[in-house]
Amino acid sequence: MRHIAVTVNGTRHEADVEPRTLLVYFLRETLGLTGTNVGCDTSTCGACTVLVGGQSVKSCTMLAVQADGEEITTIEGMAQGGELHPLQKAFHEHHGLQCGYCTPGMIMASDSLIREADGPLTESDVRLGLEGNLCRCTGYHNIVQAVLAASQEMRAGSSA
Amino acid sequence: MAQVAERYVGRSVLRKEDGEFLTGQARYTDDLSVPGMVWMSVVRSPYAHARIKGVDVSRALAMKGVVAAFSGSDFEWAGPLLMAWAVTDDINNPPHFPLAKDKARYQGDGVAVVLAESRGLAADAAEAVVVDYEPLGAVTDMEAALADGAPTVHDEFGTNRCYTWNLTNGDVDKVFAEAPVVVKQRNVIRRLIPNAMEPRSIIVQPTPSTGQYTMWSATQIPHVLRTAMALATGIPESKLRVIAPRVGGGFGSKLQVYPEEALALELARKLGMPIKWTETRSEGYLATHHGRDQIQDMEIAADEDGKIRGYRMRLKANMGAYLRIIAPGTPVLGAFLFCGCYGGEAYQAEITGVFTNTTPVDAYRGAGRPESAYAIEHVVDALARRVGKDPVEIRRMNFMPPFDQPTQSIGGLMIDSGNYPATLDKALALLDYEGLRKDQQARREAGDRKLLGIGFSTYLENCGWGPSKIIGNVLKYAGGGWEAATVRCHPTGKVVVVTGTTPHGQGGQTTIAQLVADELGVPFDDVEVLFGDTDIAPNGWDTYGSRGNAVGMPAVHRACQKIIEKGRKIAAHELEVSESDVEFKDGKYSVRGAPDVSRTIASLAFSSWTAHNLPEGLEPGLEASAFFDPENLVFPFGAHICVVEVDSETGRVEVVKYVAVDDVGTVINPQIVDGQVAGGVVQGIAEALSEEAVYDENGQLLTSSMTNYELPAASEVPSIVLDRHETPSSTNELGVKGVGETGTIASPPAVVNAVVDAVSHLGVTDIERPATPERVWRAIQQAKGGGGQ
Repeated sequence: MRHIAVTVNGTRHEADVEPRTLLVYFLRETLGLTGTNVGCDTSTCGACTVLVGGQSVKSCTMLAVQADGEEITTIEGMAQGGELHPLQKAFHEHHGLQCGYCTPGMIMASDSLIREADGPLTESDVRLGLEGNLCRCTGYHNIVQAVLAASQEMRAGSSA
Repeated sequence: MAQVAERYVGRSVLRKEDGEFLTGQARYTDDLSVPGMVWMSVVRSPYAHARIKGVDVSRALAMKGVVAAFSGSDFEWAGPLLMAWAVTDDINNPPHFPLAKDKARYQGDGVAVVLAESRGLAADAAEAVVVDYEPLGAVTDMEAALADGAPTVHDEFGTNRCYTWNLTNGDVDKVFAEAPVVVKQRNVIRRLIPNAMEPRSIIVQPTPSTGQYTMWSATQIPHVLRTAMALATGIPESKLRVIAPRVGGGFGSKLQVYPEEALALELARKLGMPIKWTETRSEGYLATHHGRDQIQDMEIAADEDGKIRGYRMRLKANMGAYLRIIAPGTPVLGAFLFCGCYGGEAYQAEITGVFTNTTPVDAYRGAGRPESAYAIEHVVDALARRVGKDPVEIRRMNFMPPFDQPTQSIGGLMIDSGNYPATLDKALALLDYEGLRKDQQARREAGDRKLLGIGFSTYLENCGWGPSKIIGNVLKYAGGGWEAATVRCHPTGKVVVVTGTTPHGQGGQTTIAQLVADELGVPFDDVEVLFGDTDIAPNGWDTYGSRGNAVGMPAVHRACQKIIEKGRKIAAHELEVSESDVEFKDGKYSVRGAPDVSRTIASLAFSSWTAHNLPEGLEPGLEASAFFDPENLVFPFGAHICVVEVDSETGRVEVVKYVAVDDVGTVINPQIVDGQVAGGVVQGIAEALSEEAVYDENGQLLTSSMTNYELPAASEVPSIVLDRHETPSSTNELGVKGVGETGTIASPPAVVNAVVDAVSHLGVTDIERPATPERVWRAIQQAKGGGGQ
């Protein structure tokens, strides 16, 4: 067992973990943050995407011990003060989710995509940027619309 | 009194269910745990066909943290896993038990099971089980399986033929003998892996002192599953509660009774402890059923001008190694649709089910109908080329004329309503067809590397599973097709609706609430919709086959009508007038001619709860249940147009525009309908261009994980141009049809027709699906005489 300390959604946690424990299972099973989903075992689907140090990471590609000392944000940390994050609002308004399983990963990946972009995102930027996140329900159509809308709101918000 | 807004039905009301998914609060099965639970792991055969000479679990049992381990021989079952659709009287139906005892029949077939204290330990222990296999010859190809001397998957039948099902209308031989034009096509409809984003997961919690069990499962069918579990284990239905919590997509893959469900339940009984199992994705590729997999020989007979006179289909459908719940019937769901929305005089379909040493095949979004839509829409294009007509013209001249009352098709269906030219006209109005044809010609003349193709699919489908009498007596399905709903008005006027359907992404919590809010005249936010728990929901037949709306919604409507009629009795009594003098509108009962003298549903809910002053003989409470068993199926149709660019040097296909105009009857929520169509279309585009499960000749699945099975990513598919046409269905009083499967039914032929259209001037007459760059490139090379082998 190895001792680690991580800050998740602003709360510091310390725990002893098996060295083979993946970050996603540490979040889900040790911390009980089950909003981050597991959709595959090949790091293909992106359902487990979280932010580590502000950057999107598929949390099945990282061991919990590698996250020692890191700041992590999961879907549970996106809404602030009872107010949904612009991406959460946009996914709702544009019907960017059906079964909801890919949604947390999509939102985390989109957040990083929007914040790291140099300028306004185009449809093709969004489609390329979300290539690592699979959705089987929506055909991506409404997800793309939602991310474009949120991108505008987030850019307007950050320049205000 | 609460202010009642305008009607909700017909509006894109935002989804009620979204909040928990957006914030990570939704609870899928793997998110749940029960104190004291142990993890199950299944030991699976690495061989597609092997005799099991021995199973040694001793090394696994010796490991720290391992609780138990069993082989297939350690179980006695009350019955096999439910197979509900014996399509013919002489079908070969092998009983299927959760673990193989003497023979493994596909790669992934379960042969042993272990239980351990953690997910990781269970996986480790499964690795430690030693199975002595004697590999046997395997067969994966259907035609090889039917050949003399092929290894048999089930030796007791002496053949791999499972069944042959026939349908004939009219004098087919005469029509084909006399027709001047006969067009034949062979289509290989590839095997697909459904890939719902949530892997399957199960928890069973026993209460040994009372003999009760609670099963949580990522299933589309908690009601059917409960009965199937009772049949397999002998645990009475009354002692078994099945809960489908939030379920992360199904597409038919969770319309199943799985070995792991029965195993977890049986082990919970055997050990008296809670059991949990969650599949890994790669495990699911072997153990969760696959879809499609047909070889079709399609023929149409026509006059010289292209007027179709007859249809003849001979198809083979791969069942895989065992018959799963509706596997034999899956191709039969499309067996009446090989004529699509076209007329004719004669029709024949022959379906042969075939066993192979592969993962069992069963329903996948569209189930039988994407295959039949492909057959007819693809061959109609070939007919157009043969007689020198445009694909639009050939369709127009063969459409059944518009009708709004049930009309017989040559395929044997009584179709509720249809207006096929209308959706085609509407779709054509969404793009510049003439301009595209000119562009196509210009590119061809200029020798442009990027060739343009335009493909059509004017599909017709049947869905809305019931009606019970037809599916039982005509189609030989063992179950029913009705639906149930309970509407309960609480004392403060808040409403709970409980449906026998099991939505898992379709938005049923929203659409049902829209209907109920309108019918009872209560605010949308005052309506909650419950489902997916056999202890809460009335017995129903769950969600699949586009039935949630078509069958589930009329049941909700009828329960609301009962509430309204009961409310009228109480209102009349309180207002001291006769019932016939009471009008009900927008949630308010008022006296005819005196609109200010009124009662609301909410106030009557309170009066019926206190029951201080009810009419003589009337029961207290404002609650009603209703069942709806439709008299017929429903028949969505539409026109999809796909525009592709084909790179003639690499064979790469890009979908540059996709237009979908669908008629799914009366629409309750346009945004949700559009979402269903767009999602289905993209699944169908991937079916046409990239998705394909591949086995080698030994029965090893080569596309064994998400890394080598080509699911579509956002960057590989276009946005979809969507529009609708509304012809109310005559099957139910709401005029609703189904929409869950139209996209995957309509789109594969539109896409492949576009690809063939792009390169037809080079002499290409067909391209195998999926139209991968390699297949397109080879087809071009062969047509040019360059081989391409």
